[in-house]
Amino acid sequence: MSSPGSATERLSRLLAMVPYLVSRQGIPLTEAAKEIGISEVALIKDLELLFVCGTPGHMPDDLIDAEWDDGHVYLRNADTLARPLRLGVDEALALIVGLRALVEVPGLHHRDALERTMAKLEAAAGDAALTSAQVSVEVEGESEVLAAARRALAGSRRLHLTYFVPTRDETTERDVDPMRVVLMDGRWYLEGWCRRAEAVRLFRLDRVVAIEMLDVPADVPSEATARDLDAGLFVASPEDIVVVLELDPPAHWVADYYPVESVEDLPDGRLIVRLRAADTRWLRSLVLRLAGAARVLDPPELREAVRTRASDALAAYR
Amino acid sequence: MSAQKTERLLNLVICLLSTRQFLAKEQIRLAVPQYADCPTDEAFDRMFERDKEEVREMGIPLQTGSNDAWFEDEIGYRVDRAAYALPEVPFEPDELAVLSLASRVWQQATLAGPASRALLKLKAAGVEADDASLAGVEPRVGTSEPAFEGLYAAVRDRRPVTFPYRAGRAGQVVERHLEPWGIVSWHGRWYVVGHDRDRGATRVFRLSRVAGPVTHVGSPGEVVVPDGVDIRSQVAVLAQEQPRGQATLWVRPTAGVGIRRRATAERRGAAADGWDEVLVGFSDPESLAAELAGYGPDVVVAGPEAVRDAVVRRLTAVLETAS
Repeated sequence: MSSPGSATERLSRLLAMVPYLVSRQGIPLTEAAKEIGISEVALIKDLELLFVCGTPGHMPDDLIDAEWDDGHVYLRNADTLARPLRLGVDEALALIVGLRALVEVPGLHHRDALERTMAKLEAAAGDAALTSAQVSVEVEGESEVLAAARRALAGSRRLHLTYFVPTRDETTERDVDPMRVVLMDGRWYLEGWCRRAEAVRLFRLDRVVAIEMLDVPADVPSEATARDLDAGLFVASPEDIVVVLELDPPAHWVADYYPVESVEDLPDGRLIVRLRAADTRWLRSLVLRLAGAARVLDPPELREAVRTRASDALAAYR
Repeated sequence: MSAQKTERLLNLVICLLSTRQFLAKEQIRLAVPQYADCPTDEAFDRMFERDKEEVREMGIPLQTGSNDAWFEDEIGYRVDRAAYALPEVPFEPDELAVLSLASRVWQQATLAGPASRALLKLKAAGVEADDASLAGVEPRVGTSEPAFEGLYAAVRDRRPVTFPYRAGRAGQVVERHLEPWGIVSWHGRWYVVGHDRDRGATRVFRLSRVAGPVTHVGSPGEVVVPDGVDIRSQVAVLAQEQPRGQATLWVRPTAGVGIRRRATAERRGAAADGWDEVLVGFSDPESLAAELAGYGPDVVVAGPEAVRDAVVRRLTAVLETAS
């Protein structure tokens, strides 16, 4: 893989974009940028570069002719580059491994399309496809709940969920108008308008205890917008409590596993981490699990709660 | 700087694609304007050699040969157009929809760039995707582990690697030597499987426990993946532990919702003071004990002794630290 931002990375993109644009004369600039996966500014820079390149001779007639003034992209005199370059190993692998992951998505009624696509893709990729057997993405099959969520999405119907909230160790009942299902970091989530919270919420499907499709049409308010998941699943709120923990080496994994705000390395090998939580009950439970490898530095109420819980628990064994 | 180089390489590719004849180096120097700016022959030679190498690394089939059988010593260059072009495979709108969903699997991950470029190439036939029926489904895989890039490249290029690895409960870091066979995302985590040179056996490593840079040792192609090895099941077998025992718990009514969710049996009010009796399977008494300690006074272990003792030891340690 050429490094991002390198000249060859950009050239790879240009060689892929020219045939695409040539086959779609007059495509709106915004749409083209979105399809290519770059900003409009970056696309215009690319078009400016193409404009000064061409077949030897470099008389105006020999150069690629790129036009985008009216917000639509036209690319002419680019016959030499009109066919895309063969798929590279990374490119073939990314699509093949992605397709195989889809095969395992339960309730995706496209087995037939998937098989046809895979056969054609392997034919198109040739030798570049060989490495793809060495990379695999396993998708968990939460079949029952996921299938129900997909049915509700397809039919635009409201769902009733019995949902387990581990941070409070309780189950809750709520009605949700589904917006989409997302697989992130190996787990399926339902995103929807929660009528109890009156806000967009993400529900982890493996925490859904029961799911029922109601005979009510889904009604997602127009102000509800899907969350941008690129930054991760956790969103801290300014009202959250700041918790400071000191971690001995056996508890260092906490810094990787949970969304911590900051990590400070102490010379003796301990870590000081700061994190935010709306509800500190899960942190109390986390510290109890860590067998003394974690100390609560702040807030004092949490430190005291941990001490009381540990001492009460031990009383039962005496 | 980089834009100039992209421009030069693009002109070079166009020049070599548009010729059927092999072009001599001097002809190329005249045809690509950026080469004309080279002050000396040596500067041009160096630049041209580097450019040739980079173009080849991009997968562009650069051929060398001679136009004239009588003057074989004059080497020329061209791009093999048949080998350059993606074979024309017509995809249907529903197939493109599936491909587009497959490419979005890598959103924000290391392979996002290659995935969207591949999709762009396959759409060059002019057919549009019809993805109405796939709306609302978004499978994605992250590659946030810093070791992903190095280990992925090693797997792809079949190169042995070494890396510092944090293992075991004590968390000590040891340098490991591995011939990687494959890389697998399983339950949301990336694992690399291969032949462990230190242990002389097949091993699985979790990428999040790689504690430093991945170093490629040896040459590409050196790793031989054994015939018929199924990297997925290797990871599933080596990374997952089977339940080996069953613990009996007393759980305060309405509490311990999480542990009840994976109970093998639950008897309401069967324990003292109206508490519930809950049975759960476990593979490692220590990790079960850690989980149970998290419930504090809401869960009491009746047995087996190994779990009970581990919970008491862990809670005692918490109390000592907190006091």
